[in-house]
Amino acid sequence: MATVAVMEVQASGPLTTIQDRGRFGFGRYGVAPSGVLDSVAMRIANLLVNNPEEEAVLEITLPGFSATVLTDVVMAVTGADLGWHQNDQPLRMWRSHRFQKGDTIAFRELNSGCRAYLSVGGGWEVPEIMGSKSTNLSSGFGGFDGRPLQKGDVLWSASPQFHLGAARRQFDLNAVPAYCGYWELRVVLGPQDHQFSATVQDLFLNADFRVSAHADRTGIRLLGAQISAEEGRAESILSEGVVAGTIQIPGDGQPIILLGETVSGGYRKIATVITADLHLLGQVLPGDRVRFQAVTIREARQALWRLEEMIGRFRDSLT
Amino acid sequence: MGDRSLLVELGDEISREVNQRVRMLYYSLIDRKLGGVVELIPSYATLLIVFDPLKISLTALKAATLRLMETADPSRIPEPRTVRVPVVYGGDFGPDLPWLAEFHHMTPDEVIRHHTATTYHVYMIGFTPGYPYMGEVPVEIATPRRDTPRTHVPQGSVGIAQRQTGIYPVASPGGWQIIGRTPVRLFDPAAWPPTSLEIGDAVNFYPIEMEAFTSWQP
Repeated sequence: MATVAVMEVQASGPLTTIQDRGRFGFGRYGVAPSGVLDSVAMRIANLLVNNPEEEAVLEITLPGFSATVLTDVVMAVTGADLGWHQNDQPLRMWRSHRFQKGDTIAFRELNSGCRAYLSVGGGWEVPEIMGSKSTNLSSGFGGFDGRPLQKGDVLWSASPQFHLGAARRQFDLNAVPAYCGYWELRVVLGPQDHQFSATVQDLFLNADFRVSAHADRTGIRLLGAQISAEEGRAESILSEGVVAGTIQIPGDGQPIILLGETVSGGYRKIATVITADLHLLGQVLPGDRVRFQAVTIREARQALWRLEEMIGRFRDSLT
Repeated sequence: MGDRSLLVELGDEISREVNQRVRMLYYSLIDRKLGGVVELIPSYATLLIVFDPLKISLTALKAATLRLMETADPSRIPEPRTVRVPVVYGGDFGPDLPWLAEFHHMTPDEVIRHHTATTYHVYMIGFTPGYPYMGEVPVEIATPRRDTPRTHVPQGSVGIAQRQTGIYPVASPGGWQIIGRTPVRLFDPAAWPPTSLEIGDAVNFYPIEMEAFTSWQP
């Protein structure tokens, strides 16, 4: 296999990192999964360029990223619509395109969502650390030297020439999730929901929250109704494990939806976003509105099967 | 918790007995290698089992976990290791030591004597990669967290929060009272396992001079 330089970064944008599905199995050592926040967009982006679904992609947060193409490749962009351009021409998303040496790509404006995912046929080539190419930003390892991409970085790929035939693959645009800025997230209550009164639980499930300016890869802070634990309970609990999508309630009563950069926490957890809705969290922007809807484990499973069926239909259509 | 993790509560207090139950179930599950289990996160009093809901159902995982709790074989659990950790106390490496000594009406040397006289139990690894939550700090030097957390605590810093003591394996924000720094590297992403301490280990601190710190070889 020949590893080839495929792209040089001209402008990094606010935050662009290499991520794959995440680094799992190391929570026992305090190592968080990291990984893409929108795994559905990652999987479609990879299928569009004939990669394994969980291959590393560039996670591009908000517009500003641009780069020069260094060799013939096939690439695709999914997720947020950040105004993707090739040589000053707007390009369709959720579709794979062929690029030639000397082409430029740029992400120019925020149209919807928060994070775009750029895949290259052959995958982005970086060392696997603990079984994953994901960037762990807080501890500075994985991905591209453990840091966000910068101007001048050259990105490599393994055998991109074998993927050129995947150009012009198209995902069903009717199946593209809507990123409308108003999110109804399905949750399973618990494990400390019983430490909140019935009134407060109702409030949590009926309130409209607003996403604060503090929303990044570690978590989404919400503003709105005060969600306080029952009187007489201490502000924190003993630290214990958490997962992405866990909604913890700190002392100020303003919920925080944790993402994949945390393994443990000492605040009460009122609910957890279901697996089928986790990918939406990657597209939430400050100022957006969020509501929670409680579902059963059974409903959560059905929602996940429906999501997997949708991806499976696309996968099957390619063969 | 949610549709893809099972939180097993084995108690609700900081105690070695409860933590030993967590450790027992943790190692039983490692031994059992249940299909579909993605992560095991042991903590003070709970074990979080993260699973892939497409590979195993919550009902099946619950049943398997309950069976394991009944049949767990203590003889299969690894013996805790005893690890000695060298620390340069005070100075630039332990900026909170003078304040902490004053707070307890003792000299910095007395604080160091208390901190090194105890064998600590690693209750959990969490917060950042390799961060050990250890206890119990002697009541004589138990100290609340700083009112304002630091935005940058250097790698190797040794801190106290109430009756817990910890070591920052990577630089991070932090609110614990920093009394010293160890040259020992607790987290190495390229090593296996990536951390030098695990739940259940016993830790003793001992004071070293600055020369020993700078010439430290792992």
